[in-house]
Amino acid sequence: MKHSLSSLLLAAVLPVALVACAPSEAGTTTDGGLSGKLTLTGSSTIAPLALEIAKRFEERHPDVRIDVQTGGSSRGISDARSGLADIGMASRRLKDGEIELTAHAIAQDGVCMILHASNVVASLTDDQVRAIYLGEIENWSEVGGEDAPITVVNKAAGRATLEVFTKHFGLDEKEIQADVIVGDNEQGIKTVAGNPDSIGYVSIGTAEYSAGSDVAIKLLPANGITASTASVGSGSFPIGRPLNLVTFGEVSKLQRAYIDFCRSAEVHDLVTGLYFVPVRTAQ
Amino acid sequence: MKVKSTDRILVWSLRAASATAGSLVLLILCFLVLESVEGITRVGAGRFLNDPGWHPSQGAESEFSLVPMIAATIASTIGAILLAGPVGVLAAVFCRFYAPPKLARAFRSIVELLAGIPSVVYGFWGLVTLVPLVRELAPPGASLLAGILVLAMMIVPTVALLAFAALKNVPPGHLEGATALGLSRWTTIVKVVFPSAASGLGVAIVLGTMRAIGETMAVLMVCGNITKVPSSLFDPVRTLTANIALELGYATQEHRAVLFVSGLALMIMIVLLVFVQERLQRRARLA
Repeated sequence: MKHSLSSLLLAAVLPVALVACAPSEAGTTTDGGLSGKLTLTGSSTIAPLALEIAKRFEERHPDVRIDVQTGGSSRGISDARSGLADIGMASRRLKDGEIELTAHAIAQDGVCMILHASNVVASLTDDQVRAIYLGEIENWSEVGGEDAPITVVNKAAGRATLEVFTKHFGLDEKEIQADVIVGDNEQGIKTVAGNPDSIGYVSIGTAEYSAGSDVAIKLLPANGITASTASVGSGSFPIGRPLNLVTFGEVSKLQRAYIDFCRSAEVHDLVTGLYFVPVRTAQ
Repeated sequence: MKVKSTDRILVWSLRAASATAGSLVLLILCFLVLESVEGITRVGAGRFLNDPGWHPSQGAESEFSLVPMIAATIASTIGAILLAGPVGVLAAVFCRFYAPPKLARAFRSIVELLAGIPSVVYGFWGLVTLVPLVRELAPPGASLLAGILVLAMMIVPTVALLAFAALKNVPPGHLEGATALGLSRWTTIVKVVFPSAASGLGVAIVLGTMRAIGETMAVLMVCGNITKVPSSLFDPVRTLTANIALELGYATQEHRAVLFVSGLALMIMIVLLVFVQERLQRRARLA
């Protein structure tokens, strides 16, 4: 009897497990009152923020389900365009080829260069950074540091941080002579913290948080301006980027409501909690 | 009659379960091939070998050379198995023939524990401890050597446990005969045990190799992920698995399709190894 029971169970569970793997319905929205489902895909930088905001939004509108998936800014853009997602997330400005999409900034972020905390170099000009990433400067002694070879840390292809970085410094992705390639910001920070002769770049929010919790990195100023969420907020830090929600075509009532909520003062605590800078919306 | 009907339910649910397991593998293979066909036809198979580099998301100027990744995968796997193979086999010999029973039991539980540590833990340890050590020898530290060392550590337990099982399968008669002939323990091991257990030891090494090829997280964290064919042990490299893990989430269009091609390349390597393993196992059974 025991055997037959467990085999029955197995037979019952298998189809259920298979059904559970089937893709869920595409997000649909209904008119009148706020109910329905929103699907967001894209930037892994924005996803945690969008998720936190979605939780709060769902509390206020119990009939709404918001599904947040990561996959990088490029995925966010292409999913918004193809309709796979109701809203795309892109942690950079829209490019010239993307003008048919609408960007709604929900926060500001910056990208800054980071060095190991023990590095004596206090600042680098844009030209020096460019030369280091092109392999023209290979030793810290050439930029006022100790006699040690520079370890160049770069981001993997497709990351918005990489695009913001290459655009600001006028670099071509193909020309960069990197020694280490990392995936996310955390890995970038751990790599630089573990190697006294390395240089990398990450999101300012993540860097500020890590440097504040005794990780051995320091943030380099850009054009003499301190890298901090404060200088990003004031608009003075030169390597900034918006965190955008992206929509294509007509915006539904639910999409509009969620985007407005993301931009409202009601979620500023969530934005600053993740070390981003809230957008200044006209009150 | 009742027993018979429950029997039938059992048999059919077992059949369903094994059919599911079997068809999953086939489905994955079909899926990989289908997705890869798109990549191969759109990009052209020759470009995976002949393009100057790997710059997959540059639009019309994209380059799709898989050569650096294939070289890295082969180099790191061979390096790891060269280190882990002898260490694992010798550890098993020690455990089987030399260690006092208590020590052997303790040793085996430690090795089993080692086999159970998640790879991301090995990777994290490698990143914060091993990479800085390698950097002392030659910067940047994140390198093929770091990858080989972490991989070797990860597969030593696999090799040791399987080798131990293989040594245990040597017929007791062989050992008794050797003792009766007055052979020393070492001679017994080299001249009697090894030839008798050769196929089983081979299986241990092949399974270790397979684990090394498929390993992703740890190598991603310690290898540096540069897409260049390495010219020394201290060069940073990117394996096929790390490449997929690093880029799949961010890839669209051709880039995505080519990542599936690299997945297929990995699958082919594994299939070849499974084939070798089957051959060895059959020989082990005949011996």
